[in-house]
Amino acid sequence: MTSLTTQRTATSAVALSEVDVAFRLAQGGTYRAVERATLDVANGEFVAIVGPTGCGKSTLLNIAAGLLTPFAGQVAIFGAPLDGLNHQAGYLFQADALFPWKTALENVAIGPETAGMAPSEARPRAQEWLKRVGLGAFADRYPHMLSGGQRKRVGLAQVLIRDPKILLMDEPFGPLDAQTRQIMGNLLLDLWSADRKAVLFVTHDLEEAIALSDRVVIMSAGPSARIIGDWRVSLPRPRDISEVKLDPAFHELHRDIWHKLKAEVVKGYAQTEGA
Amino acid sequence: MKSRVTLLTLQVLVAVVAIALWHVLTTYPIFGKVLLPPFFFSNPVDVGKQVVDWFASGVIWKHLWVTLLESILAFVIGSIGGVLVGFWFARQPRTAAVFDPYVKMANALPRVVLAPIFTLWLGLGIWSKVALGVTLVFFIVFFNVYQGVKEVSPTVLANARMLGMNERQLMRHVYWPSALSWMFSSLHTSVGFAVVGAVVGEYLGAAAGLDYLIQQAEGVFDVAGVFAGMFVLAAFVIVIDLLVTVVEKRLLVWRPAVGEGRP
Repeated sequence: MTSLTTQRTATSAVALSEVDVAFRLAQGGTYRAVERATLDVANGEFVAIVGPTGCGKSTLLNIAAGLLTPFAGQVAIFGAPLDGLNHQAGYLFQADALFPWKTALENVAIGPETAGMAPSEARPRAQEWLKRVGLGAFADRYPHMLSGGQRKRVGLAQVLIRDPKILLMDEPFGPLDAQTRQIMGNLLLDLWSADRKAVLFVTHDLEEAIALSDRVVIMSAGPSARIIGDWRVSLPRPRDISEVKLDPAFHELHRDIWHKLKAEVVKGYAQTEGA
Repeated sequence: MKSRVTLLTLQVLVAVVAIALWHVLTTYPIFGKVLLPPFFFSNPVDVGKQVVDWFASGVIWKHLWVTLLESILAFVIGSIGGVLVGFWFARQPRTAAVFDPYVKMANALPRVVLAPIFTLWLGLGIWSKVALGVTLVFFIVFFNVYQGVKEVSPTVLANARMLGMNERQLMRHVYWPSALSWMFSSLHTSVGFAVVGAVVGEYLGAAAGLDYLIQQAEGVFDVAGVFAGMFVLAAFVIVIDLLVTVVEKRLLVWRPAVGEGRP
């Protein structure tokens, strides 16, 4: 029994067990954001976390990134307990996280350069990555000269050029329009299928979650949000996001999950309104 | 292009009308009375003559050079001090908290009252003016750099850390550019204050400089000299401001122009 559990954690890229997250409030007392969250992401697995607004999805991601330390519980990355920042992970933020004073090319090259690679070597590689995300001609543009979707592409290249073993994504396509989201989703699946990193993808869009992932995890409304559901998505890969949404299996799964999620969304609204 | 020409024409027109009005009111009696007595208001012809005279004889260059030198020194020294202290305080909140009331006190003090002390300490040469300019420039740069380091976007900072930056790299790639951008956004103000420091310092006692010229003229009721000095000073400030605009455009290419910003 013990050997079985150790083996399981050893193959998990990210393993959260019984994680509690609490924040100290300014007026005293604590706010419990997440309670007893247990989640395993296997190596090469694409897991989406869906939940109502303010349920602590991003908090869970920050825990996996090492940007936050849990109040209680363990975090293990490839079997080793996480201490400090998770250097095996790449993080794509919800808000704009590009360096506004660097060009697209410099933004992408900064990861390898930080790791000690000479600019003469890092720049051509960055150019290669910009081409891969469809921005080969935009290397000299500063972030403010790019559209929201283009900035997300640069962000994706900035993270992927470092070849992280784990990819953490916090509603990365949230602010984009529906068409751009679909294009970005397909781009992400394309890039991911090349080397199958472990992905933890936070979104509030259930359709997006099912279309992209291998597993969909549902969280309850906060405070003290819990993981309340875990569905396997067995739609065939490679997928095209607009086509996969026409699949009857997609609809069935969507109906199933939405049934459970809906109650939480309503609860979440009631709480924000009461607050 | 056409609108630019129109704009320039209108701008020149304002000057022409103002000078014409000045000339008419100081030279020709209206209803038997000159409305602006030339003794107090001089007139454009005399002022123009004085300016031409200064440049023709070359007297002005020495004074211009002194004022320019004082302004540049005040700007450079004040900026370096402001950047260093701004960085230090922003990265050491404890130090900042300890010095906070003193910084506020020093900043609230009208700098003109310091001028006599600087003259006493540093003499009538350029350094007393530089010191006055430094006290003005320092605080502007200091507050901007402090703000710039403090208000680095938390997302950009988290991203930088996730990309593997250590403290030194964060300094170079995140804090420094952010602080610089704030400093440069206040470039017009701080350069302006460097000039103010130099000019006010000269006014309170100097052996050379543009405002020394103005004060000399004032001392002998040479109103034409005072106005001429003011015009040269104004032109000097405009030229410096144009230079600052050019520098700013080059250094802040990465920033959206006002009104062009995207969300």
